Formats: sequence, C-alpha cells, structure tokens
Amino acid sequence: MARLLVRRLGLMLLIMLVVGFILFIVNEGDPRKVARGVLGPYAQEQQLDIWIQENGYDRPIPVRFLDWVGGVATGDLGESVQYKRPVNEFFWERLGNTGILAGLTFLIMVPLALLLGVLAGMKEGSLQDRTISVASIITTSIPEFASAVILTTVFVIQLKWLPGTSSMAAGWDWMQMILPVTVLVLYGFGYIARMTRASMAEVMTTHYIRTAVLKGLPYKRVILKHALRNALIAPFTVIMLQLNWLLSGVVVTEYAFAYKGFGTLLLEAALRRDIFVIEACGLAAVFVAVLSQTLGDIGYTFLNPRIRFS
Amino acid sequence: MSQANATDGTVSASDRPKGLFERTIGSIVLLKESPVGLVGAVLVTIFFIVAIFAPLLAPHHYETFIMPMAAPLSTGPNGEFLLLGADLRGRDIFSRLIYGTQRVVFYASLATFCAYIVGILMGLAAGYFRGWVDEVLSFLANVILSFPVMVLFVLIITSIGASGATIVFAVVFASAPGIMRIVRGLTLDIATRDYIAAAQTRGESPWYIMLVELLPNARGPLIVDACLRMGYTTITIGALGFLGLGLPPPFPDWGGMINETRTLAMGGFWWMPFFPALAVSLLVLGFNLLADGLREVSLRD
Amino acid sequence: MSDTLQQAEPVKSPPKGEPVLAIDNLSISYFIRAGEVPAVKDFTLTLYPGEAVGIVGESGCGKSTVAMAIMQYMGGNGGIVGGSIKFMGRDMSKMSQEELRQLRGSDIAMIYQEPMSALNPSMLIGRQLLEVPLFHEPGISEDDAWTRAEEMLAKVKLPDPARVMNAYPHQISGGQQQRVVIAMALLSNPTLLLLDEPTTALDVTVEAGIVKLIKEISAEFGTSMIYISHNMGLILETCDRVCVMYSGVAVETGTVKEVFDMMRHPYTRGLFGSIPLPTADKNANPLVPIRGQLPLPYNRPDGCYFGPRCDFFEEGRCDDPKGVPWLTVDEASGHAVRCLRWTEIDWDNYTPDMEQHPPNEPGEEVLHVENMRKYFEVRDTSLKALFTGKASRWVKANESISFSARKRETVAIVGESGCGKSTFAKVLMGLETSTDGQIVYNGEEISQLPVTRRTPRQIGSLQMVFQNPNETLNPSHTVGGQIIRVIKKFGVAKSEEDVHKRVDELLDLVKLPRAFKYRKPRQLSGGQKQRIGIARAFAGYPPMVIADEPVSALDVSVQAAVTGLLMDIQRQYDTTLLFISHDLSVVRYLSDRVVVMYLGMIMEQGDVEEVYAPPYHPYTEALLSAVPIADTSIEKREIVLEGNLPSVLNPPKGCPFSTRCPRKIGAICDEERPPFRDAGNGHVITCHIELEELSKVEPVIVTKSPGGGAGEKAPEPAE
Ligand SMILES: Nc1ncnc2c1ncn2[C@@H]1O[C@H](COP(=O)(O)OP(=O)(O)OP(=O)(O)O)[C@@H](O)[C@H]1O
Ligand code: SF4
Ligand code: SF4
Ligand SMILES: [Mg+2]
Repeated sequence: MARLLVRRLGLMLLIMLVVGFILFIVNEGDPRKVARGVLGPYAQEQQLDIWIQENGYDRPIPVRFLDWVGGVATGDLGESVQYKRPVNEFFWERLGNTGILAGLTFLIMVPLALLLGVLAGMKEGSLQDRTISVASIITTSIPEFASAVILTTVFVIQLKWLPGTSSMAAGWDWMQMILPVTVLVLYGFGYIARMTRASMAEVMTTHYIRTAVLKGLPYKRVILKHALRNALIAPFTVIMLQLNWLLSGVVVTEYAFAYKGFGTLLLEAALRRDIFVIEACGLAAVFVAVLSQTLGDIGYTFLNPRIRFS
Repeated sequence: MSQANATDGTVSASDRPKGLFERTIGSIVLLKESPVGLVGAVLVTIFFIVAIFAPLLAPHHYETFIMPMAAPLSTGPNGEFLLLGADLRGRDIFSRLIYGTQRVVFYASLATFCAYIVGILMGLAAGYFRGWVDEVLSFLANVILSFPVMVLFVLIITSIGASGATIVFAVVFASAPGIMRIVRGLTLDIATRDYIAAAQTRGESPWYIMLVELLPNARGPLIVDACLRMGYTTITIGALGFLGLGLPPPFPDWGGMINETRTLAMGGFWWMPFFPALAVSLLVLGFNLLADGLREVSLRD
Repeated sequence: MSDTLQQAEPVKSPPKGEPVLAIDNLSISYFIRAGEVPAVKDFTLTLYPGEAVGIVGESGCGKSTVAMAIMQYMGGNGGIVGGSIKFMGRDMSKMSQEELRQLRGSDIAMIYQEPMSALNPSMLIGRQLLEVPLFHEPGISEDDAWTRAEEMLAKVKLPDPARVMNAYPHQISGGQQQRVVIAMALLSNPTLLLLDEPTTALDVTVEAGIVKLIKEISAEFGTSMIYISHNMGLILETCDRVCVMYSGVAVETGTVKEVFDMMRHPYTRGLFGSIPLPTADKNANPLVPIRGQLPLPYNRPDGCYFGPRCDFFEEGRCDDPKGVPWLTVDEASGHAVRCLRWTEIDWDNYTPDMEQHPPNEPGEEVLHVENMRKYFEVRDTSLKALFTGKASRWVKANESISFSARKRETVAIVGESGCGKSTFAKVLMGLETSTDGQIVYNGEEISQLPVTRRTPRQIGSLQMVFQNPNETLNPSHTVGGQIIRVIKKFGVAKSEEDVHKRVDELLDLVKLPRAFKYRKPRQLSGGQKQRIGIARAFAGYPPMVIADEPVSALDVSVQAAVTGLLMDIQRQYDTTLLFISHDLSVVRYLSDRVVVMYLGMIMEQGDVEEVYAPPYHPYTEALLSAVPIADTSIEKREIVLEGNLPSVLNPPKGCPFSTRCPRKIGAICDEERPPFRDAGNGHVITCHIELEELSKVEPVIVTKSPGGGAGEKAPEPAE
C-alpha cells in the first residue's frame, strides 16, 4: 500500500513536470515574445533586449526552466501583464470561487447520480430503468452553453425568478449560484448515472449475487451488502475523472454567467496573452486533474481487494 | 473410418457472402429492436441530410439582410417568411442554422475521423507490442488526458489562432489519447485469442495481424464510441464558438450565434440564442441515442 | 427384464419413506425475443432421503435449468410452463417469496461450477459464511455464527480455517474456494444438496479431493443429493441412481449399475461408445461417435428428439408427434427408458462395425528435444519501476525437457494446468525462443528460430490445432478466406484455381461440405469449427502437427468424431501428432508415447502401456487414481493428494512434486533434483525411489471379474 502511494505520487510529480515543461516552452520558449508581451506592442527592439538581459531571459532554456520550477515551487507565480500585479494577489481568490462552484456541483451531482444509477441498474429493463436512462441521456446531450441559454430564457427572461448573471457585483449572493450549479449538474450527472447503472446491472447478473439470493438472504441485504459495494467500484474512478471534465465545463459556465472564477480568468489571460496568468491557470488545472486521478487510483485499489492484496 | 459426417450439406442463402449494402441494411433492421436507437438514427440522418443539401434547403443566403430582430414566424419586407426569426443584423436564423449544420457536421466528422486514425494506430501498437512502446504511448496519453479538455483547447487555440485546421488539430490532440486507451484495451483482450496465435504461427507480419485479424473484431465497441465522440466533438466545436474561439465569421457557427446574441436575449430577443442551442442539443442527443441503441443491440447478440 | 412394453412410472425405487423431492412432468421455457425456447420438457424425478441421484448429459441439455428450477430461480426470462416440484410434500410454485427465502440456503443448498465467481470478491470469506446461520437461525449472535462457520471450514478439511475466514476469495486456490462453497452449503445442514458440475473447473487431482469430500458428506450427514455432471465417471463415483438427459428430456433412468451395465437407450449406448474407457483402443477397438449434432432447443424434430442421430430410427413410429412415453425395463430397480424400440434392438450385438487398423509403424525421428529450458523473466518494466528499483524473478516454465517423436507416432504431453505444456508448444511454434537446449525438427535446429525468421516451408511444415473452438477462427472473415490465406502464405498452391482446389480438398478431408467455405465461423457448431482448425493446420502437408487440447472444449459425442478424424488424417498423411492434453483417458486411447509433466519438468515418459502400468512415477500414480472412469467393472486404488499446486514463481527446490508426494522418502526429495531412472525401452522415471521399489507397487486400476451386466461387454484388461 505504501509502495503504491509512493509510486503514484512519483508518477504524478513526473506528469506535473512534463506538463510544466510544455507550458513553459509554449509560453516562454521565445524570450522576445515574452518581452513583447510584457512591454507591449510599441516597445523598441533595444528596450526588449534590455528587458531580456535584466530579467535573465538570455540564459539557456534548461536553466530558465529550473529557475521557473523553483519559482513555482516557492509560490512565486510572476506578475500579471494586464493587471500589473503579482499573480498571487488575485489568483487564489479566483481559484477559491471556482472551488465553491465545483464543490457545490459535486455535492449535488454525485449522490443524485449514484442513487439514480443504482435504482436503474437494480432492475435492468424495467420502466424505472428506462425512464432514468432516457432522462440521463437527454440531459447529457444538452451542452452547458445550450442549457445556460435555455434555462436563462425560461427562468430569467420568462419567469423572472433568477438573476441572469453571477458576477457577484454587489457581494456574495447565493441566488446567483443556482443557475451555474444547475447547468453543471444537469450536464454532468447523466454520465455518472449511466456508468453506475451499467455497473450495477452487470453486478446483478453475476454468480455471487445468485449465490447470495440462493443463500436465502433478504433482497434488501443482497442489494446493500453484496451488490452495492461491487457496483460502486467502477463509478468511483469515473467520478474522480469527472473532476477533470467538470473543470472544462466550469470554463464555459463561468463565461456564460460572468462568474469571477478561474475559468474566466484563464479566458481573459489567453485572449490578452498574459503568460504568467496562463501558466498559473494551466498548472492549477493540471494539478487538480492529476491529483483527482491519483486519488481515484488509490481509492480504486482500496475498494477492490483483488488489487489491494496482490 | 469415422462415421461422423457433417450435418447438412445444403447450400442455404446464409452460405453466400454478404455485401456491404446487405450488411448496412442488416444493422438498420437490427436497430428496429431499440426504439431509442431508432430515434437517434433518425435525428442524425436528418442533420446529415440538412448538412449535405444546405444550399438547397436554406430559404436564404446566410448573409442576406432581411429584417433586423424579427420575431419567429414573422414576414419580411419582401414577403420573406422568417420561421425562426432574424438576428440583430437582419439575417434569417433558420437559414443560418442550416448552414451552421453543414459546418459543424463537416468539422465534427473530419476531426473525429482523424482522431480515430491516430488513436487506432496508437492503441493497436500499444496493445499489441506492449513493453516500452506501450509504456511510452500510455505515458503520453496520460499527460494529455491530465489536461482538462477545455483548458487544453483554450491554450492551443489562443497560441496558434482559430481556424478550421486548428480545431481539427485540437480535437485530434485531445481525443486521440482516449481512443487509444479504448483500442489498447480491446487489443490486449483480442490478442489472447487463438486466431491471433494462429496468424502468428503462420508468420503474418505484426501490422497485418493488427489491421486484418484484430481491428475488425474490435469494431463493435469502436462504432458505439465513435457515435459518442461525434456528439462530444459537436459540443466542443459549439463551446469554442461560444467562447469566441471558434471558426471565424462570416460563415455561421452555432456556438458563435449564441455568443453574439446572448446579451440581446436578456432584452427579450430570446429566440436568437435559443434555436442554435436547441439545434446543438438535438444533434448531440441524436448521436447519444444512436450510440445507446447500437450498444443495446450489440449486447443482445 | 420385462418383455412386454409397459407404460411406467418413470422412477420407482423401493420406497424409503416420503420423497424429499418429487418433480413431476416439469417443463421449463425461456422467453427470448425470437419466442419461447423449451429448455426442459416433461422431466420427472423422485428423490428419497439419503439418496444421491445424478443428472448427466451434454452441454445445453437442460441440467442446470432443472437445478435452478428446484431453487425457483430462473432469472428474468425463464419460467415453469408445466408440471410441479414438490419439496417435502409442499408444492414449491405455491410458496411465497418469503417462504422460498427461508427454504433456500437452509433446507436446499447449492454448490456451483465456478467457485471463484460464486463468491463475492470484495467480502471476507468469514462474513459470507456467517450470513447463512445469521439469516436462518433466529436469535443466533454474530460471534456464534462466526464460530460455527469456522468449525465448518475445518470439517471440509481446509487447512488453517482461521486464516481462510479472514481472507478474500482470490487469496485462496480454486480447490479451496470450492471447499468454502461446500462449507457454506452445509452450514445450515440442508435436507437437499444440489451440485452443479462442482469439479468441472478444477484440476483432476484437486477434483479427486473434492469428490472424496462429497462422498464423506453424504455418508456423514445423510443429505440427499442431486449431482449434475457431464462426466459419467464422476456419476459412477458419487451417485446411487442416474438420469440421462438429451436435448431437454430425460431419456433413461435407473440405478447407476444398471444404466451403466445394460443401458437400453440408443443415446446412452452411443455416449458410452464415445467415451475412451480403458477397454477402447484406437486400432483394434476404436470409439464409435454419435453422428450429427445436438438439435437446438427450438429446432427439435417431432417424436423422439434423438431420431435424426439414431441408427434404429423407424419412420412413422419414432417421429410420431405424440412423443415417446416412459417404458419400464426393470420394475424392481426402477430402470426405465424413453425409446419405443428398446425391446427390438439386439443389444448384445449392438456395436456398429468400426474399421480396424493395423497399429502405426513408427518411422524415423522427426522431432528431437534435448535439455530444452524456457524461463520467463517476470519484471516490473513499468516507469514506476524507476522509483522502486527493478524487481526481477524467473518463472521456470520448462526445465530440462528431453524427448523425441518419430514419424506416424502420436506423442502425448499430459499434465495439469500450469505445468508448462502450452509454453512448450509456443517454443516449438517459434512464438517464443528457448532459453537453453536444442530442438531439432526435420533435421533443422529451431529452438532459437522465432517464427518471423522461419521460411514459409518451415512454417507450413509445423502447424497447430488450437483448444477453443470459439477462438480458433477469426469471426470477421469467412472460413474459406481463412484457409486460402494459409495456403497462399505457405506457398502450397500458386494459381487461383489451384488454391481453390486445395480448399475443397481440405474441406473434403475434414468431411465438411464444400459450401462451408462461404460461411462465417458463427454459422458453425463447435465441432465444425474444430474441423476447420484441423483443415487449416494440414494445409501445408506438415510432417508434424501440434494439437493443444483440441477436443477438451467439445461435447463427449462430438469429441470422439473429432479425435477419430484427426487420427484418420494422421494415417493418410503419415503425420506425427504431438497431442497436448490434461485428460488421461483420451491420452491413453490415442497416443503411442506419453510424456507426463509437472511444474515444468518431465516426471515420466515412455510407451503408453508402460506409463499406465507399474512401475509408476508417484505423480502418474496419483493422476491415474484421480481420473474418474465410467466403467462399473473397474476398481481403483484411492490416492488423494494433499495441498495445492505450488506457485511456479516459487517451486520446490528438489523434486517439484515433493510438497504433495505421498511416497516422499525424506529430506533428499526436498533438496535434490531426482535422477532420471531408465526402465528400458525409453521408459524414464524421474524420482529418488529405486525402480525396483516402484515396480512393487500394485496397479492403480484393476478390472473386476465381469458380472451383473448383460454380458454385452467383454472387458479386456487394458494392459
Ligand atoms: N509470458 C509469460 N510470462 C510469465 N510467465 C508465463 C508466461 N507464459 C507462461 N507463463 C507461466 O508458465 C507456466 C506454464 O504455463 P503454460 O501456459 O505453459 O501452462 P499449461 O500447462 O498450458 O496450463 P493450462 O492447462 O492452464 O493452459 C504458468 O504458470 C504460466 O503462468
Ligand atoms: S425412439 Fe426411435 S429414434 Fe428414438 S431412440 Fe428409440 S429407436 Fe431411436
Ligand atoms: S523424488 Fe521424492 S518427492 Fe519426488 S516423486 Fe520421487 S518420492 Fe516423490
Ligand atoms: Mg495451457
């Protein structure tokens, strides 16, 4: 177990390093581009040269990369070009906002999806199964940007129940969270629910469920003690991977509702070529994704004794 | 001598080899077993027909100015019927949707197809050769898959600029690793079958075995996956347009249409973003239902 | 024997009290989209207390369906469409779900075919066991239930029950898993025990242990048993009465002795004719396969279902849609058959004429293997290993393999799973190269020649028949296409016309219609696919063919036909056959020389008569004792091996068999590799015991004086 942990963490570090290197090369590979980005389009060649020398961008790439890694490791994320402020000053707040959005979504989506998936998979082919399956196909077919439009049309424009943007301009407002969270949950839960259903349906046809029934156990115990645990092993990894997908959805949803999170920050930075912010956002996204995968793998190993003791 | 003789020596219709046409018809007939899949097939077929015959079906050119902000079902100054209304610049939304269909179907198909070629070749090699080939390819796939897809797209497109080729490249880059993983898994499984051993023992080359002996037997799950991926690529192309990173105007693009008009929607012009949103959802729904139907039918056999 | 045809109560043995189970005219169907599939029709069986009844039949004949119907558990799409099942006098179809639940696992318990999949993989064995008392004995505490479970594990002779209680199923071996399943079934002291092929997934020496346990249980607990198997020999060892099923109907029933010695149904007779009993001999007394194949459940003929395959079929009578009633053969013993013509058949001269052959004269040496070794390195090659340092171990899949095979000879390699048989075949075929030693084939050294470097002629001259009929052909291509590819690849024929002529020739050779070349593999039955596999192997006129368990996945009646075919082609082509098998009966029947392997090493080799008679290697002796033989006139000495097969990663240092050997002579067996002892004529035994000692051992299998039966058999001692 400890060995596995060390190995997984090592792999995670390696991936982070490779990703970091790619981000670094794409954004900072060409020193003149960096200088041009920082000093603006009207700076003269000479100014660029001076800037490059002063900031050490004339050093070879490997040295600069090591320097960069050192900086990131000690929490120095550089200075934003567009805000002329250290990235650290506003980056973490934006990340926190996204954390709240994603956390709320997860809190609602996962239990709902698991419950519906188990209910559907328990009786494969039943009316209950068909209804849940078709409903989850329909919701996963509506992309976030489409459901944002459709829900806004209904609840903001027609019914006037909810605010149409979530910029929190006048301080934190939970009402503004309802639409973004709903949009994310609707798109995301169907996938987990369908995975859970498939897994549950498969477990219900296994021989050990037959053994449990023919042992004379009550149906409830067969489901709760024998089926559930085995059925939840597969969806568990899916849920952890879903975090990765959620981050994709977050970019679109935040943009749709003007929510001040990490996604809107990344978009702005990408459009204005604000390289240090792009790097910070890229690293954060990959870190979350890789961490969730690692946790998923470790959790899977823990849930599945066949792997745990081999 | 052994008394055993073969059962029936008669040549029945089923002994004749079947052509591609017969097999295609066969699969559609099979889909009849799954009402859900049939609905999906119908939806997808409609969108493809619309895409192919877009210039014939669209009542107007996508750039023609008719009547700004016309509501659905209204009539333009020259008696033009505006089924779904018009946008800020007076262009018929219905016609723009039809041309947009052409664009999204073309790029989704092209991008998915290219991603499949790359993913299949990588997956076959990783699953069949195993060892270091697998190690390297799988690590590459892991690195790419550890980026949240949309973040990856934003990074790629903002650094090389938005164009059709960029989108195809980005989709291939982002989905080939996923396809590779599926193909790799199927390959690992099928490679243990005796007929693969038989091919090896008669001295076939590795790529002959992968492409002729192995790949055809992996087609079932791959077709289902391809349908799902078409849907997902459609979403991606739409989302990029929505974020303003999609195909450049003036050719209409569903995501772009939503993005351009959604602030106006707040002012009551809800139909401008609503119909593109509906179109995207219906096309994706079509792919998803088709995939589900195909999976159900293939599981039954 | 009664002479008049008499409508009968099917099973009427001397009353032994109230029947435990009374199945009356039971019909079961499955409902699929295509319609109703009648899986079992008019099945009748009565079981008295303490009795063991066997249900025997080929795959798909409805054995398991009957068992599941007794449990009233037939999945979503199965249902009883006629007849009744009474358990202790109560009609089971009238019971509520709750009544059934109380019955299941307590009064009626079941043991399954695959113990691994029958146990919950993510639950401790102890917890799975204690559920039985917990839910069937009101008021019992969890601790008491745990103790009871542990005691039961000791009763089924599991070593270290406390450890097993706290283990997960995958942590113990297959044989141990089956003991756990048996313990689970016995925990509630059931009145009726259903055993559905309980040993089919196990190795033969492990099977012997389980069978012994089952016999002890029935003696100790007096449980009534229904034992389902496709293996006649196992039925003989475990049951009092037997019921033979064919295509969903019972065709013959009676005491085991009577059915085995004077079967009165042509199908039962055919089955026994296809089993390689010790009396069968491939040249003088060849097996008689049943022609044709099993009808599909929705495609059965009118009247007698066996009609199309029966030599005594009479039009107008046997195909009467009214069906065939039970007819009494012997009222006293309850022997009855479902054959209209059983009194008209001349049972004493039943056996159809099979062509006899002179024994093969072995020719020059074709294959010579000298000291061949194949080690696999098991290494953590992943990137992860970068962080942990390399761990590398060696699996000795083949160790010092030496033997030779001559022209026209059949050499069998036998052994249990993991003994290295398939690895050896892979090295021969060039899919792996050997670690050390020589393999000379056709005068060429090939042990270091991977298949990619062999010439088409070399490849075509050494081909293989594979085990699994469902995997041997590529499902995506036509049968003809696959044979054509082989012919072209080996350069046997060049012009398109010649290639097609050769395809037809090969199809004729394996006795399949030429039109089969247009078919896809899924349109073929298992036996037909195996024939195509044989045709493919013989495409390049190979001097030697390797057959890796070519018939073990086939039904008994088809097995005989395919082995017969293989031997016919061998005679025609003068081929050397290397026959890899775990089935000692088949091996005895068709091979000339036998190589016995255990954990990668050859334990004994020699001519077939010499290997099957003393002096035995202690492992061969145990194997022979473990094989069930469906012949009442044969008596076996019981040798049951203790323990499990050691892991190949960690084999014993001295004799590989030393951890389980009943004749082990001491520390020398643990520490030193045993010497090769030559008993003459190429008979070599690898053991520390002197040949003289080994020669004193009694034969394992002896034939009792024939008696009781109708004298239709003239059992000759095999050796
Ligand atoms: N490529 C490999 N790497 C590591 N170990 C292997 C490899 N191939 C075979 N082995 C091991 O060598 C041993 C012999 O294997 P082999 O497949 O030859 O046995 P077998 O007698 O054919 O068994 P079975 O009857 O179950 O097929 C097994 O324990 C197997 O795990
Ligand atoms: S009833 Fe007729 S066909 Fe059936 S087994 Fe008897 S003789 Fe053969
Ligand atoms: S060498 Fe020893 S352990 Fe091995 S078979 Fe002979 S007696 Fe048994
Ligand atoms: Mg094997």
